[in-house]
Amino acid sequence: MLTAPSLGYSLLAPILIVLAGAVIGVLVEAFVGKARRTAIQVTLSIGVLLLSLQQLWRIKDLSSTTAAVSSVTIDKAGIFLQTTIILLALAAVLLIADQDNFVAQASALPGSDEERAALQNKSQQTEIFPLFLFAVAGMMLFPVATDLITLFVALEVFSLPLYLLAGLARRRRLLSQESALKYFLLGAYASAFFLFGAAFLYGYAGTISLVGISAAAGSANDVFLLIGIVFVSVGLLFKISAVPFHSWTPDVYQGAPTPITAFMAACTKVAAFGAILRIFYVGFAESQTIWRPIITTIAIITMLFGSIVAIAQRDVKRMLAYSSIAHAGFLLSGVIALNKDGLAASLFYLFAYGFATLAAFGIIALIRDSSGEVSDLNRWVGLGKKSPLTAAAFSFLLLSFAGIPLTSGFVGKFAIFSAAYKSGNISLVVVGVLASAIAAFFYIRVIIMMFFTDPANDSVSVVIPSVKSKISISASVLISIVLGIAPSLLLTTAANFANFIK
Amino acid sequence: MSLLTIIGLLPLIISILIIAIPNKNIGLIKKVTFAGTTIIAIISILLAIGFDKSDTSLQYVQSNVWIPTFNINYSVGIDGISLVLILLSTILVPIVVLATWHESDSGRWSVKVFYVLILVLETMMIGVFAATDLFLFYVFFEAMLIPIYFLIGGYGSGNKSAAAVKFLLYSLFGGLLMLASIIGIYVISGNQIGATFDLAQLATLEIDNQTENFLFLGFFIAFAIKAPLWPFHTWLPDAAKAATPGTSVLLLGVLDKVGTYGMIRFCIQLFPDASKTFTPLIITLAVISIIYGAFMAIGQKDIKGLIAFTSISHFGFITMGIFAMTSQGMSGANLYMVNHGFSTAALFLIAGWMMMRRGSSTISDFGGLQRVTPVMAWTFFIAGMSSLALPGLSSFVSEFLVLVGTYTRYPVAAIIGTLGIILAALYILIPVQKILHGPTTPGNENLTDLNLREKIAIAPVILVIVLMGFYPKPVLDLINPTSEQVVTNAGFSDPVAKVGK
Repeated sequence: MLTAPSLGYSLLAPILIVLAGAVIGVLVEAFVGKARRTAIQVTLSIGVLLLSLQQLWRIKDLSSTTAAVSSVTIDKAGIFLQTTIILLALAAVLLIADQDNFVAQASALPGSDEERAALQNKSQQTEIFPLFLFAVAGMMLFPVATDLITLFVALEVFSLPLYLLAGLARRRRLLSQESALKYFLLGAYASAFFLFGAAFLYGYAGTISLVGISAAAGSANDVFLLIGIVFVSVGLLFKISAVPFHSWTPDVYQGAPTPITAFMAACTKVAAFGAILRIFYVGFAESQTIWRPIITTIAIITMLFGSIVAIAQRDVKRMLAYSSIAHAGFLLSGVIALNKDGLAASLFYLFAYGFATLAAFGIIALIRDSSGEVSDLNRWVGLGKKSPLTAAAFSFLLLSFAGIPLTSGFVGKFAIFSAAYKSGNISLVVVGVLASAIAAFFYIRVIIMMFFTDPANDSVSVVIPSVKSKISISASVLISIVLGIAPSLLLTTAANFANFIK
Repeated sequence: MSLLTIIGLLPLIISILIIAIPNKNIGLIKKVTFAGTTIIAIISILLAIGFDKSDTSLQYVQSNVWIPTFNINYSVGIDGISLVLILLSTILVPIVVLATWHESDSGRWSVKVFYVLILVLETMMIGVFAATDLFLFYVFFEAMLIPIYFLIGGYGSGNKSAAAVKFLLYSLFGGLLMLASIIGIYVISGNQIGATFDLAQLATLEIDNQTENFLFLGFFIAFAIKAPLWPFHTWLPDAAKAATPGTSVLLLGVLDKVGTYGMIRFCIQLFPDASKTFTPLIITLAVISIIYGAFMAIGQKDIKGLIAFTSISHFGFITMGIFAMTSQGMSGANLYMVNHGFSTAALFLIAGWMMMRRGSSTISDFGGLQRVTPVMAWTFFIAGMSSLALPGLSSFVSEFLVLVGTYTRYPVAAIIGTLGIILAALYILIPVQKILHGPTTPGNENLTDLNLREKIAIAPVILVIVLMGFYPKPVLDLINPTSEQVVTNAGFSDPVAKVGK
């Protein structure tokens, strides 16, 4: 006789609420008239996220941590990561809901009469909201999944909606669709690698649970373990865009609608790094001698490559894409550190970086000319004169990316490098600071363009943001400022929550 | 709250006041800034009066928890060396504000932004000299770059944005190397005595030789870029040429002193053994700087470039004095920092007035100013003489102390360094002759002499230069005990008995 497994609904509630919201969103699409959909979808998304946040608050001190037959572990670090994702998603949804960034009718061919008609009707595809919620739910599941199958499912749940969302830009649709296709194909490869590695790990350990894999370390031929770790890592490194699995990043960041880029850049990074941290800290900690040299090499290449190639970029979205590659390298230092400080530092870094990135892309979405968004840096000249406040906020975020003191980025960098140094990876620290010095060059170049160059005729201007964007961007910038001056609040929290249940 | 914190916060408070003043009320903005910075200067003189000279420990200390996770504290305190540098900063700021009253009128941004940047910079300058927590120091050290970057890029002339970027990138590069070293020493402290950034505690660490050498280099390169020492100097002439005279005064007069101050405070005190290892190399670089800076100065056609290269030569002297590791050398170097601050201020401000009146910064465009503008000519002459260390003017005392202090340990370096003095006569006297003496050349006949505001601004600087030349004792009394202590703590004793003061 089969007994139903105990799922631990209260622990899973934050994820389930978001999933339920997504399903309701699909029903809204089916049954509600076009005119009222946007308002309902936005309210629904925000409501669901807030509800989920409230549920997370309720379970933050619970002692029982495993749910769904031990395939999910809601531990302290998991709760921190989920909260970060929800907060970032809240800021992102305000950006998504703000402007007409999305395609009028996705099924219409670019340039067709049908599209023109849809544009004239001022319609906008509203399926983005349920897709967005599905992605958020997958992201929340990813860092708390503790067996390989659940990890894979979570990976797909958040990836598939993102592939779609990336292709839904209203302007320059072909570029957007091309990027979506690229993202999908490469993502599918990466997922296949992950699955392949998972099979090897199962073959090696006889179990799919991370704890079991950790316990089995050293019990059989290590080659299989190595193959398993390497292939699983490929799948994960793809998501965080570490070199050499980064090639999709600039294209997708550039092609996707900017609010989606903001969402992806911030939340995917948190989710994927959350999962990586858990997998390596819990599952592979015992076999660190096997993977540490490999991941260290990748981290070093990633930091240097991202920083150097970013110098050559003329498009602000591509530049931030390479910058995010470099930041993936910095974050990998926290994985390699493999100590409690490294985990706490990574949690802080992800939170701080997430908000800075979100705000940066939020601002990019505001900078336009008559035909839409302009991401060509040469046309940003003199922005500081036209709209000093926006330019100043963007400069502050760039300085935060560069890691100048009194910004949140600096505290994060300091925390993560000192954890890496503590674990003996001094080479990582040295390369890290060198890469930061290189990176400073292109961040500062943007500041020069905005402030020290006179506006040209075809310069862009800043559209007056709506209240939603204003709230989202100013909250994110404010968080970045506060975390730079008084980081101790979040640092302490991160240190308290830096705990994976093994 | 320590008086030190109050002095550090005052500029920020004034800057907030200024933000509240409407943009178009330019006169009021300037007056408030001048009055405010003057009050700060007066308070800092009170600070010096209240300072106990006989006590070599830190004074006016204050410590508050800032980031407990990393045991980072807001800790400030001063000894003699930091006190004189804070005095230098707070006294120079109102002088610069008064002297360059119209400097910001034609900038890229408003006058208000200019003074806000200056005031923020002042807070950071005070902070950087007062910090006794390594992390806090680093924060000021790096954050200071941003206001000066905007001051050069926004209000300078010529190729200003390129110069501003070069300055920023050089400094950031050095700063990041230092960050790696800071992380290193922080982790080592965690292994030995519990993680800390407190300078006094960090000085007690036992670090193995190789690690210490690397950590030392991280700090030293950052400071050598800032100071600037050959071959890390190339940003300075560009920055000095592009910046407004007032910004240049703060840049060369105060900010660059952070480099030499850092060498004393951090390189020598935290890594005495590594300092010993690298001393021959550093003395060599310092001597090269002295000679190279002097030769380059002789070849300059531009007044600002000339002053920049003379500064490179002078920073060579300061570095040589520091790493000679004798109490005379150390005292001399410290005194030199102050004197260089004032004589460079005088040179840049007066040169700025000359350039503004003539509309050119090329030396050969000037001629015979002595007849047309006697006051400007005389003050420039005195500043120039101070720069070449004429006896009776302030720089002479410090240069002499540095050379004496160096000679007892590194005679060859001291002798080559003395050549720098001879070259100094060339690089100062030739331009002085061209600019001031001889017949008045076309284009200079109608220049106006210094007005009352300018006279009031330059008077205290000239006064300090002359007074400190005849009677350096008050400043030396502040510097000497700390200097001796630094040398002793680093494990050195003077090779010969002290010369009488």
